[in-house]
Parts: sequence; C-alpha cells; structure tokens
Amino acid sequence: MSQASATLLPKTFRDWFKSRGWKPRAHQLDLLAKAREGRSVLLVAPTGAGKTLAGFLPSLVELAERGPGRGTAQDRRGLHTLYISPLKALATDVARNLEVPVAEMALPIRIETRTGDTPSHKRARQIERPPDILLTTPEQLALLLAHAEAQEFFQNLRRVVLDELHSLVTSKRGDLLSLGLARLMTIAPQATAVGLSATVREPDDLRRYLAPQRAANTSPLRGEVAPEVREGVGNSTSANVALPPHPSLTADPPPQGEGKEALADLVVVQGGAQPDIRMLDLDERLPLAGHTASLSMPAIYGLIRTHKTTLVFVNTRLQAEYTFQELWKLNDDNLAIALHHGSLDVAQRRRVEEAMAAGKLKAVVCTATLDLGIDWGDVDLVVNVGAPKGASRIMQRIGRSNHRMDEPSEAYLVPANRFEILECRAALDAVHEAAQDTPDARIGALDVLCQHILGMACAGPFGLEDLYEEVRSAAPYAGLTWENFEACVAFVATGGYALRAYERFAKIVRGNDGLWRVRDARVAQQYRLNVGTIVESSMIKVRLGKSMRSRPGTVLPRGRILGEIEEYFAETLTPGDTFLFAGEVLRFEGISEDEVLATRAGAGTDPMIPSYEGGKFPLSTFLAARVREILADPFEWDRLPPQMTEWLVQQRRRSIVPGPRDLLVETFPRGNRFYMTCFPFEGRLAHQTLGMLLTRRLERAKLKPLGFVANDYGIAVYASGDIAGRAARDPGFMDELFSEDMLGDDLEDWLAESSLMKRTFRQCAVIAGLIERRFPGEKKTGRQVTISTDLVYDVLRKHEPDHVLLRAARADAATGLLDVRRLGMMLERIRGRIIHKPLDRVSPLSVSVMLEIGRERVYSDNADEILAEAEAALLDEALA
Amino acid sequence: MTALRKNKETTHEIGLKGQPALLDLTGAMYLPAHDALLVADLHFEKGSSFARRGMMLPPYDTRETLLALSDAVFRFNPKTVIALGDSFHDIGGPDRLGGEERTTLAEVQQGRDWIWVTGNHDRILPDSIGGQVVEEMALGSLTLRHEPVAGEQAEIAGHLHPVGKVVMRGRSTRRRCFLTDGSRCVMPALGAYAGGLNACDAAFKPLFANGFTAHLIGTERIFAIAKSMLCRD
Repeated sequence: MSQASATLLPKTFRDWFKSRGWKPRAHQLDLLAKAREGRSVLLVAPTGAGKTLAGFLPSLVELAERGPGRGTAQDRRGLHTLYISPLKALATDVARNLEVPVAEMALPIRIETRTGDTPSHKRARQIERPPDILLTTPEQLALLLAHAEAQEFFQNLRRVVLDELHSLVTSKRGDLLSLGLARLMTIAPQATAVGLSATVREPDDLRRYLAPQRAANTSPLRGEVAPEVREGVGNSTSANVALPPHPSLTADPPPQGEGKEALADLVVVQGGAQPDIRMLDLDERLPLAGHTASLSMPAIYGLIRTHKTTLVFVNTRLQAEYTFQELWKLNDDNLAIALHHGSLDVAQRRRVEEAMAAGKLKAVVCTATLDLGIDWGDVDLVVNVGAPKGASRIMQRIGRSNHRMDEPSEAYLVPANRFEILECRAALDAVHEAAQDTPDARIGALDVLCQHILGMACAGPFGLEDLYEEVRSAAPYAGLTWENFEACVAFVATGGYALRAYERFAKIVRGNDGLWRVRDARVAQQYRLNVGTIVESSMIKVRLGKSMRSRPGTVLPRGRILGEIEEYFAETLTPGDTFLFAGEVLRFEGISEDEVLATRAGAGTDPMIPSYEGGKFPLSTFLAARVREILADPFEWDRLPPQMTEWLVQQRRRSIVPGPRDLLVETFPRGNRFYMTCFPFEGRLAHQTLGMLLTRRLERAKLKPLGFVANDYGIAVYASGDIAGRAARDPGFMDELFSEDMLGDDLEDWLAESSLMKRTFRQCAVIAGLIERRFPGEKKTGRQVTISTDLVYDVLRKHEPDHVLLRAARADAATGLLDVRRLGMMLERIRGRIIHKPLDRVSPLSVSVMLEIGRERVYSDNADEILAEAEAALLDEALA
Repeated sequence: MTALRKNKETTHEIGLKGQPALLDLTGAMYLPAHDALLVADLHFEKGSSFARRGMMLPPYDTRETLLALSDAVFRFNPKTVIALGDSFHDIGGPDRLGGEERTTLAEVQQGRDWIWVTGNHDRILPDSIGGQVVEEMALGSLTLRHEPVAGEQAEIAGHLHPVGKVVMRGRSTRRRCFLTDGSRCVMPALGAYAGGLNACDAAFKPLFANGFTAHLIGTERIFAIAKSMLCRD
C-alpha cells in the first residue's frame, strides 16, 4: 500500500480493504484527498470501477473519525452526507451496499433512505433526528428544501454525492436538482459536491454543474444587466462530438473559490478492457423497413442459451413485447426469460428485478428502464436489438454486462432493417474510438424555476435579489436574465399576466419588509402535492376482462390489472384491435370508466401493432453524420455486409447516393399519386415536424398533399399534384420548399393547432404549477374537475403570445417532441445542397420509407380532414 | 384537404320539430321562426374562479367567450337571445366581471330581449347583469332549460357540454358538438374554458333512446357524424 493511502486511510479502513482482499483504487484515494482539501469533484469512471464506494469513502472516513455522538446535543449535529440518485430503487440499492462496510467495520454511522415510499412517521423522525447519511431523489430534496426546518436540517452538511450525474443533467430533473444544489450551498457553504458519472463528451459541463457559478453580471438593482440567453428555435450548431479527454488521471485543479470559471475538480478513471462488441451476422436478407428483427430471434436465442445471463435491450415497449413473445416461441429449453418495461405493473417489475438480482434469470428483455446503474448481478452478455441511436447510449448499455472493469464486456448489435445496419456500423466505429455523443448542457427551464420559486417561498421569506443570485449560481441558470426571473416570480404570484386580474388571489406576496412569503398553508400544501418535473403522459390501466358465456359480446371487467398504457395509444385503438401487452396478445374490447378492457386473443392471433413509438430516442446527430459518411463513401461499403453493398450499388445505378452534406430528394409517380421522399437522417421527431411543414407548403403551392410518413432516416410525402412537374417548370422550387423560412410563419401556424405542442404546453403548465397534477389511480370524473390545458393554450396563445409559460413550451419544443432545433440545423446544412432526382419509379432507398405507409400512423393535426372523412362514412352508410 | 379550404361555412341547417335550426360555428343556434339565438354554458369567469383556488389560469376566458357570443349575435342580429344556464361559472362570477367585459356584454344586450335561464352553477343572478332571469321557458313547442330531462319530448338544453371524438386511421380529433334526434337538442358549451363530456357517455343515453346525430364543430364548418362513428375517450 502506498504512502499516500497510508496517511489518507485510517487503519480500520486499511484493514477492511485487506480483509476483503482488495486494495483501495487510485481514484478512491484521489477523492479522499480532494475531500480533505475541501474541494468539489467530478469522478468519471466506467461501470465496475467502484464509483459508489469512491463517492462515499471520504464521508465514511470523516464520520468514523468523528466518533459516535454522545448525548442529545451531540446527536443533533445533523446530516453529514446527502446522496441523490435518479432512481428510488438505486437509492435503496446503494443504501444496502453501503451498510456492508459500515457493519463490517462497526462504524457508528446511521444511514437512511427517504423516498416516496418512506412512511410519514419516519419522515418526521428524520427531520427530528437526521441520520448521518441520507439517500434520496431530486424530488425529495426539493420537498426537504421547501420545509420550514430546511435551514436547521442542512446547516451542518459536509458532502453532497450526485450519482449517475450524466443522466440527471440532461432533463428538467437536472434543472430542479441544480436549483436544489444552489440552495444547499447557501445553507451550508462548507459543503462540497461529488458527481459520479459515466464517460461524457463534455466533462466541463458537469464540473460546472457541481460548482456554484458566479455570474459576471448582477441584477439591475445591483448593477449591470445580464446578457439575454436565446431560447428556442435555431440555436447555433456546435460540434456535437468529442473524443475522450487526454488520459491524464487528474486535471489541474482550477481555483474553485475565485478565478474566471467555477469548475469542480476532475478525476477520470480510464476504461478497462475494450469491449468485445460486434454486429450479429445474418445469412438472410434483412427487410428494408420494420423494427421487429424477427429473422434474428433464433440467433439471439442461441446466444442466450450459451451465456450465463443476458440483457436484451430494445428501444420501445412494443419492441420489448414482440421480442419477448418471439423468444418464448423458440424457448424449447424453457429458459427463464423475463420481460421488464416501464408500463408493466410495479409488482411484476419488482419480481423480475428480484429474480434477476438472485441470479434466477437467464435473460431479461428490457427497455431503457434498466439503463441505469442498479446492479443486476452477473450479466455476461448484452444484446441490443434495433438501432443503437447514440454512441454514448450504446456504450452505457454495453457497460451493463460484466461489472468487473478489467474484463471485456461482450455485446452484440442486432440491426432490424437495412438502414439499421448502417447505424450499427457507425456505432461500432464510435465504440472503437470511444467517441461520445452525450447531449449539450441544458439551459435551465423556466417552468422548473417557477416551481422552485414557490418551494423557496414555502421554506421561508425570501428577498428577490438574493434568490436571483442564488438561482444563477446553478450552472443551467447562470445566464438567466433579471427579466425572466421577475417574470417567473410574477407567474408564481398571480400568473404573471399583463391583465392584472388576480392580485387579490396571489399565492406569494411581498411584505412591508420587502420579503416574499407564501400566502397561506394551503398554497404550501399545493406545492408539496405538485413537486417534481416528471409529467407522465396520462396513463390508463389495462384490465383483463372476462367474456360472458350467456351473452356473447359482453365483457365484464373481472380480471386483474396487467399494467398501464399511454392514453393516446389507447385512443387510437378500436374494439377488435389486437395488441401486444405484458407478454400476451390482447384484444381491445373498449374503455370502461378509466380502464382499458381487454381479453386474451385466441391462440395464433397476430397482433396488430398500430404504432411504433420509436421516436423516444432520436438518432444522435453524431451517429447520423457518420451514417451519411458511410453512405457517401463507396470505399466504406466494403465494411458492410454484402446485402447492404448490393442495395447501395442498386441505388447508385437507379438514382444517386448523396454526399455526406447533401440532401437527396427523389420524386416519382406511383398509382395515381405523386411521391416525394428525402433523407435528412435527423431522427423521427425532427422528420415529423419537417413533414408537417412541408405538407403545409405543398398545399399552398396547390400540389394537394395527401399525407406523409416519417422514420428515423427520412420521410415520404404523397400528393395528388405533380411535384416533379412543378420542380421542372420552376428550378428554384425545391430550394424554396426546403428553405429555412419554414421555421417562421409556417411553424407558428402549425404550433397553433399541433397536438404535440399542446402536449408540451401541458407538461410546462403542470411543472410550473398552473394546474394541478392528476395522480395515477385518481378517478377521472369527467368534466369540470380539472381544466383542459388545450383550452388554456388556445386562449393564452391568442391573448398573450409572449407569456413566460409559452416561452417555456417553445424552448421545450426546440429540443423535445418537435425537435425544431435539429430541423433548423439540418435546413441550414442543406442550404444550396439539395439534389433533386426525378425518377420514373421508386428507388431502392425510397422503398424503405415507402414501406412505412400503412404501417405507420399518418400524421395530421387537421381536424376538418378527419371529420370530413367520418362524415363521408355516414353518407356511404346512407347510400349503401 | 384543399377542397375544404373554401369560404367558411359558418352555419349548418338542421330540422328541429319540423322547424329549421341553424347551427353556428361558434356553438350558438339560431331559430329563424322565433328570431332567437340560443347559447349554452358560457361559464363566464371560470378563470377567476380557479384563480381563487390557486390555479392562475389566463384571465382572458370571459373576453374570449364574449368574442364568440358577440360574433354570433351581430351576425344573426336576433330579436331575442337566450342563454341556457351556467352563464357564470359560480355565483360570485357576475361581481368579478371586469369593466371592459361588462361594457361588451351591455353592448351585445343592447336593443334585444335578453333571457338568462339559470343553471346549476348560477342559480342566482343579480339584476346588474341586465335581461330577464327564468328557470325554464317555452318557445313554441320547444322547452328551453338548462338540464335536459329524459323522456319528455322537444327540448333544447345545455349542461352536459357534449363533445364528439372521431378516430380515422389512427388520427383522432375531439370537438364540441350539438347532439340531436330531431326533437331534442343538447347544445355544446360556448365557454372558452368549458370542458366537454364525451357523447358516448352514459349520461346521454336516456335522452336519446333512438340514437342521435352529432354535429361536430370543425375549424371551418360543421360536420354531421353518425353516432356509430363516435369513439369513447
């Protein structure tokens, strides 16, 4: 053992490491040293590096040295370490793991968790007598900070440990946590923060997140005005990828208290062995479209048989259902293969997790619900079915196999269609180079800030300028303007409308002392019930029904609850439709009260899968660029399976293969329609938005568009007007059609009625506290109990289009469901680089997206179109 | 698509007890035989009603509702206007009415017979809002009341806020609608924040023993949709 560790680690700890046959790792000692110096630090390490122990070691040492508390006064020395995890289950898991060294060294340390499941008497006791270490989630932290006792509870805090920081910072939860962290640092300036993270593209973003930012400018009341941070559409593009940092173990410590930029220190653990990852070879030809990978199931089953425990990752719940079903069809050996996804009943998920941890399962088919770092025991193979979507994402998934970092993880990528072969190839290259494509740092959302402001008012009176400075010490809000801050405060108080109608109902009020306080206890209660940033899309329970023998066609809701599906998915089902759920083919019978009623479909029924929600994780810009490069370079084709090369050669002969920065637009007639396809490779969400806007423009050009379909790679628009003919007469037509100004008025017009935009607005309205959350399990009692945010959206948009909530929703639309920002980047990239190829018939490339027609939903927000169709059905009925 | 983009067809004629009734895009109904315009469930000041309870909805709902109301009133220029109840979201509503809105309402009422039928949200209405207050009334062979009453024939009512939902090839839309079987009509709510009850809900069943046709209010015109085409939420 080195000299350093001898001085850093007390004997009890050295003996404990020795008794386990371990040696403290370099980064564990580094973190100990950083803690002694009182510095915040980001630890970047691959799975299996002992990250969690490293994060807690300094706390354990300090607490051991402090000795047991004596007497009641000593007992109340307060919370020492706060640990935040994105998952409740992870917090519980870590608490359990932490108990082991504490028990074995007989340390006088009290460790407790606090989650939504913690009973209220225990919560109260925790406030009374804080544990030494508390493990919790961002939402629970927000609640604790809004507590009147927060000051006392946290004032002696020494350390904050943020686990899976890379995953937390990419969402609004990360914004909320950053604000909580800023408040913690105000209450306990002596505390330091430790972030634990997987490898990311920009470690500095996370280092900034961990250190209080000092804004160069102050509030107008104190001096200069902060520069406006532009939100929303058309942000400048930045290189979206970086190679790993230079393998120096520790970066030079920049001063944390002063100097130009506030960054936490950085400790990097280099990845262990290169992963053993490959694409699954397949003799048969892959289809041109589709996501089921049905041809690969026997091979996947073979892999499961020959490994100890396999995690089969898929991208969506429906794929999970399908894959699970197919594997069981092949399962002659009766292997223990389980299913895990977020819509399954919680009890069933817990059973799978427990069986997994106990090593009783041979394989689990799962979605992103298992992406995060809970230890699932001895996984020795990861299979990723379908598109990898992102380089960092796939690396984190691969990391789930083999929790010992010195041995290579084994993984297979399984493409489901030919385009996915390209994507898998690009992902393999990226893994080989260890290139990362984690997303850019977020600009803090204003709806989250509104929620936080109310929380802070619940904690106690606040001064406007003090809170402004505190908020801007959180990295995501470092650029927050005074105007936006004031708008958020005004929103919390009275809704912040130009028409000041609600002054007398204000939720927070400014007293004569200039401080803001919450009006009454009811407002605080309202805050507590609505805290958090996760707004589930409304879910509806699925209940198994029983058919009545005496009255065929009548189904009674007598069976058990199988889980939940999204309301909008249920809305598209009509009685008789079959769908896969909870590993079975179900027949949709109808919706009774607030449940979907379904029966088991007859044996051998093929499920109809009406919607493939593949858009959850759009293809990263980095992988998209790689795919375009592979496509454009015939020398690269040699590295692809022969079926792929053949296909591309065909494409070159029949049409062209576009260059990496070009946009290929093909037009061709088929039947009595005219088709236009294009291939931006920008992910399905951006393509949906593009399709909506293109059809608007085609309609204005009197080309009578009829509809479009989109996937991750391209879109196909069909019209009864001759698009190619128009382009031939008017050479500037295509450039105009795809010009960036579609993000102006056309976008605004569409947003007025877009259901996606309304869904986005609803989330902002709930987070900001405009309307109350609907709780799962709460009965939907029909009308007038709650208010439809769609109606609010229409009214607000018309009367106050620049309201802070609409700005928040537009900022979300830029990156969320509408991915407008990415579309803007694409339109900029292809300016002057559109290659229009008029063809007599469909090209090999276009076939793939054409196949989505009929399989995919046709997008439309035009109510009249839908109604006209329904009305025509009435006429048909009358004439029949 | 483009075929629909003609001029707005703001009205849509149906027959009610042998008389023509014009359904309007705003959600109002005009009865030429009586030169009367009917509106239901205006729910004025619903926004401020929620604000009292800490939900600060945009305070523009009354304005927005008045805009639709005055649009219909000035186009048909009827002798009589009848509001079929729940004109205010709560009893305190009339007092909270803003100055500008109060003026607009007076302008719309000017020179007409104005009748407020009371509803469950506004059982009491102050004199200050003008017009006449009744619990229910007859207009020819039609009874006008807030809450429809099953069994009895020939009435026009509100209260239920019917909306119809249509799903065609995976695309869905949910719109306010008039429900009618030729002798009874349940009108849509006109209030900007008035939510809706699905026409497939059991509440409508006793009212229309022989089924109904739903007239759904689209963006540019009204569509007659068979009951069998409507979906539950």
